[in-house]
Amino acid sequence: MIDPNAIRERILGTLPGSDVVVSDTTGTGDHFEARVVSPDFAGKSMVQQHQLVYAPLQDWLKSGELHALALKTYSPEQWKKLGSR
Amino acid sequence: MTPDLKARFDSEVTNHPIVLFMKGNALFPQCGFSARALQILQQHGKVHTVDVLADPEVRQGIKEYSNWPTIPQVFIHGKFVGGSDILMELEDRGELADLVAGKTPA
Repeated sequence: MIDPNAIRERILGTLPGSDVVVSDTTGTGDHFEARVVSPDFAGKSMVQQHQLVYAPLQDWLKSGELHALALKTYSPEQWKKLGSR
Repeated sequence: MTPDLKARFDSEVTNHPIVLFMKGNALFPQCGFSARALQILQQHGKVHTVDVLADPEVRQGIKEYSNWPTIPQVFIHGKFVGGSDILMELEDRGELADLVAGKTPA
């Protein structure tokens, strides 16, 4: 069981100043979704943005403790444009 | 990955504007994610598909080539774009057309 807050803390650790919302989608502590808005994403492709989020979670992903993480990532500019869809 | 395999991937992704590494082929997708990715991409042009189930070396190799753990994988104009989730999100955001047109770096 992973606490959504622990995921959030780790993401914030490598992407300081970002806006991170993590939710447990199944209530089983292994499937999550996260929305991350970070200034570090500016000018980066979506793949690069996702890899930045996965990086601090590698050990959980590898061990299978974290089975799935559905991601939505935005630079602040993208969020302004798309966030209210 | 062998240099030969890397050269093969290099040529697959640069010789076609839209390339999909998928399970199965365009006529018979063998996985829902692959089918979905194909369906989205086909709205934007001709899709060159590579069936990873036909060759275990390709199935493993493509993951190393793109540093991405799952299949399907999409390449547009030689650049790795992502898997089915990213593709759907780009389509939702209206960014996929720009990407195919070569207009955005996304």
